[in-house]
Amino acid sequence: MLTSQVKSNEIIFGGCNKDILEEIIFYGMGLGADFVEIFIENTDNSNVLAEEDFITSVSPSFGRGAGIRIFKDKKDGFVSTNDLTKNGLMRSVSQAIEMLDITDNKKREVFNGLDRHRDYSLSKKKWINEVPSIHEISEKLLVSTKYLKKNNKIITRKGSYSRNLQEIIIASSDGTYVSDIRLHQTVGLNVIASDAQYRSSGSRRFGSSGMPHEFRLWDHEKAANDVFESSMNMLYADYVDAGQMPVVLANKFGGVIFHEACGHLLETTQIERGTTPFENKLNEKIAHESVTAIDEGISEGSFGSLSVDDEGMEPEKSVLIKDGILKKFISDRAGELRTGHKRTGSGRRQNYSFAAASRMRNTYIAKGEHSKEDLINSISDGLYCKSMGGGSVGATGQFNFAVEEGYLIKNGKLTNPVKGATLIGEAKEVMPKISMCGNDLELAPGFCGSISGSVNVTVGQPHIKVDSITVGGR
Amino acid sequence: MNSKEITTQISEAADSLNLKKWDYGASFSNDYSVQVDKGEAKQLKASQKQILTIRVWNESNLVGITTTSDISESGIKKALNQANIASDFGNKNERTEFSPLAKDPIEVKDSKKRNPVGIKKLLTLLREAEVQLLESHESIKSVPYNGLSESFYERVYANSDGAFRSYAKSQAALYLYARAEEKNKKPRSSGSVKLGYGVEDIDIDSCIKDASNKTISHLNYSSIKTDKYLICFSPESFLTIINAFSSMFNARSILDGVSLSNKKSIGEKLSTEALNIYDDGLHEKNISSSPFDGEGTPTKRICLINKGRLENFLHSESTARIFKTMPTGHAGLGSKVSVSPDWIVVEKSEESSNLKTSLDHSTYEGEFVYIEALNAIHAGVRASQGSFSLPFDGWLYKNGKKISIESATVAGDIKYLLKNIVNIESNQEVTTSGISPHIWVDELSITGDA
Repeated sequence: MLTSQVKSNEIIFGGCNKDILEEIIFYGMGLGADFVEIFIENTDNSNVLAEEDFITSVSPSFGRGAGIRIFKDKKDGFVSTNDLTKNGLMRSVSQAIEMLDITDNKKREVFNGLDRHRDYSLSKKKWINEVPSIHEISEKLLVSTKYLKKNNKIITRKGSYSRNLQEIIIASSDGTYVSDIRLHQTVGLNVIASDAQYRSSGSRRFGSSGMPHEFRLWDHEKAANDVFESSMNMLYADYVDAGQMPVVLANKFGGVIFHEACGHLLETTQIERGTTPFENKLNEKIAHESVTAIDEGISEGSFGSLSVDDEGMEPEKSVLIKDGILKKFISDRAGELRTGHKRTGSGRRQNYSFAAASRMRNTYIAKGEHSKEDLINSISDGLYCKSMGGGSVGATGQFNFAVEEGYLIKNGKLTNPVKGATLIGEAKEVMPKISMCGNDLELAPGFCGSISGSVNVTVGQPHIKVDSITVGGR
Repeated sequence: MNSKEITTQISEAADSLNLKKWDYGASFSNDYSVQVDKGEAKQLKASQKQILTIRVWNESNLVGITTTSDISESGIKKALNQANIASDFGNKNERTEFSPLAKDPIEVKDSKKRNPVGIKKLLTLLREAEVQLLESHESIKSVPYNGLSESFYERVYANSDGAFRSYAKSQAALYLYARAEEKNKKPRSSGSVKLGYGVEDIDIDSCIKDASNKTISHLNYSSIKTDKYLICFSPESFLTIINAFSSMFNARSILDGVSLSNKKSIGEKLSTEALNIYDDGLHEKNISSSPFDGEGTPTKRICLINKGRLENFLHSESTARIFKTMPTGHAGLGSKVSVSPDWIVVEKSEESSNLKTSLDHSTYEGEFVYIEALNAIHAGVRASQGSFSLPFDGWLYKNGKKISIESATVAGDIKYLLKNIVNIESNQEVTTSGISPHIWVDELSITGDA
C-alpha cells in the first residue's frame, strides 16, 4: 500500500514526481493491469528557414503531454493526453483499463514501487543555454545560402535549421524511473539549378544528438560546395536506361538501402505481423559473408544515439548480421512479450502521442577491406549511386530507392552522370548479392517514419557493391 | 475551455502584453483506434490532443509565430511572447496580413457529426471484418495491417480584427491490408481503405470485398519486360500523380521557384483539351471537407485546368496579394504560410472528340498496363523537375488475359503524361483523395525484371 504523501497534483519537470507517479501506477495495477508505463515529455523546439538571402521563417514551438500504456496478457491499451494533472493521468489509466475490458482486478503482477531515480539529465540541463541563438543560426544560414550562389544557373537556394529539445520522464510498474533530456539539431542545404529545359536539384542534411555546439562546428562552406557541385553535375544528365545491372552504392546515406530493405524486417514489429521473411532465420545465412550489420544507440553525437530508450532501457550495440549470418532482432517491450526476442534498448516513439515500438537507431553495415576504386574497377557496365534519395518498403518486402546523383560505370571507370534512376528489389534477394564492402564506413543522419511516428536515426555503410539489381529508368 | 473562451483568453493575454494584432488557428481532437491480430485485440488507442498556433504582428508589421499544445493561461502567454520575439525575424520581403475574406460568410453544410461508438464496438467490428477477410479465400493467411478508428475534432480560426470561425466534425476510417501466400510463390499483399463521417457510414463489407479481390487478383503474377506501354491509370493512381505535381497549380511553389509553372503560365496548354481538373474542397463526397482554410478564408471550388489549359492558381493571402488576386481558401497556417489542394476532381471536358473512346479498361482487348496504385511518392517524384519514377501495383493485360505485375516501376515526365492522355473514361470514381475517371496515357516507360 502506498504510504508516502502526494506532494503535488501535477507533474513538474525538474521536480520530484515519484509519489504521484507511484500513485498512478498503483492505481492501474490495482485495477488488474499486468503492466503500467507512463511516458511524459516537455518539448522546446525551434526552426529557422533561409531562402535566397533572407530569413523567411522562424517558428518556435513547445508542448507537453503524456502517454499511458497498459498491458494485459499480450494486448495493450494506449492513451495520450495533454493533461498532466494527477487526475488527468488517472483518467487516462482508467480509459486504458476500460478499453482493454479488464474486469478481473486480481493482482497477478506486483508493483513494489519505483526504483532509484536514474537521472540522465543532470549534465544536460545547461544545453538549452548553450545551443546557438536564433541570431547566430540566421547569420550562418544566410552565409551558407550565399555560398550556394555560385552562378546564375542556381535559381533556388535554401538553408534550414531545426532544433528539438525533449525532456522526458518514464516510470513503469517494473520499477523503472528515468529522466533524460535529448537534444537534436539538423541543418540542411537545398538548391535547384536550371538552364533552358534542363533542371536539377541538390540537397544535403547534417545532424547530431546531444551536442549543443555542433551547429557552430558545421563546415557550411564545404557543404555548400558539395551541394552546388552535385546540382551542376546532374543538370545536363541524361535519363538512365532501365535494366538489371551491378551497382556501387556510396557510403554515408547509401546506407538507407540497408535501413529500408533489411533493417525494418529485423524489427520485432514485423515478426508480430508476420511480414518479415527472416522470422525463422536466426543463425542462418541471409546475406553475403562480406556483410556484417549493426544497430546501436551509443555512438557519441550520432543522430540516432540515446542515453536511454523510450521505455527506460539503456541502448545496446546489437550485431544484427555477422558475416552474413542473422544474429539478432531489434526488440522493444511489446516485441519481447509477443515474440520472445530480448529487448535491445530500441523502444522508440516520435512523442508522447505514440506507443513505443521496436525501431532502429544508428544502423550500418560494418566496413570491409576494399577501397572504393576496387569496387568500381570490378564493374564493366553498371551504375554508381553517389547520393541516394528516399525510399520505401512494401508489405511483402519489396523496396525502392530514388538515386539522387548517379554515374554510369564503364570498364571500371566512372563516366556520365545519369538521372531518374530507381533501385528496386527485395531484401531477401539483394542481401546475398552485396559482394564487396569498402573500408570507408561513414554515417549520415535521417528521419525514419514508421509505426511509432518519425524518429531520428543514423544510416551508414562503407561503399558497397551489389552484383545485380533492377534499376528503374526511362 | 471552449473555442470562444480561448479566443477571449488570447485577446486578454495579448492586451496585457500590448500586442495589438494577432490571429490563431487551433484544433482539438479526440481519437480512438483499434488493431487486431487473428481475432485478438492487439493495440487499442485513445488520444486527446490540442494544438494552438498563434501569430503576432509587431510594431513594424512583421509576423512571428509559435505552436503549442499547452493552452493553459501560462501556456498562451508564453506562446504570445515567443511569437512576439520571433516577429523580430519576420520576413520583410513578403508581408503577411489577415485574409481579406476572413469575415466573409462561409458555407456551413450539415456538419454530419456522429457520436462515438466506443472502443468495444470498434473492436467487435474490426474482429468480424478480419475474420471475414481471412475466410474470403484460402490463400489469405493474415491481415497484417488493419485498423478501425473514429475521430472527433473542432477547428477554429480567429483574429484581433474580430474574425471568428469554428466547425466540429467527426471522421472514421477502416483499413484492411491482407497478405496472401501460396506454395512456391512470393507472398502478395493488397488492401482497401474506406472513410466515413462515422463508423456507421463505412461500408465494411465493401472494404472486405475490395481487400480480398485485390489481394487475390495479384496471386497469379509475373515479371514484366522493360519497355514502353500503353497505360491505364486507375482513378486513385491518377489522382496520386496529380496531387504529387500539384505544385504546378500552387502560387507558393511558383514564388519559391519549385514549380514547373511561373507567374505567366495561366492559359498555357498543359494537356489534351479533353481534360478538366478542379479543386473542390467542399464537394459532398469529401469526408474531410473544411469550410475555411488556415487563414480563415472560405473554401471554394476552383478550376485548375479548363479544356487542357491552366486556368487558376491556388493562393494564400500573401501569394494572392503578390499575384494581384484574391485568396482561394488553400492556406495552411504557419510561419511561412503553405498552400495545398483540398480535393481534386478530374473530369472529361466538352472538347473530347479526339479521345480514343474504344480504350475502356473493362472491355479493351489490346495490350496495356493497368496501374492500380502508385507507391513511394516521396521517393520517386521530382516535382520541381517534372519527373517521376514510381513502383506500382498493377496488371499487364494481354491477349484478353490479365496478370499481376511482380515488381516494376513506371517512369516519365508529368508534362509528357498530361499531353499524351489518349482517353478519359466517362465514369468518375470516388476515392479517398478526390474523384477521377480512368485515364489512358500512351507510351510510358515501365521497368521490370523479366
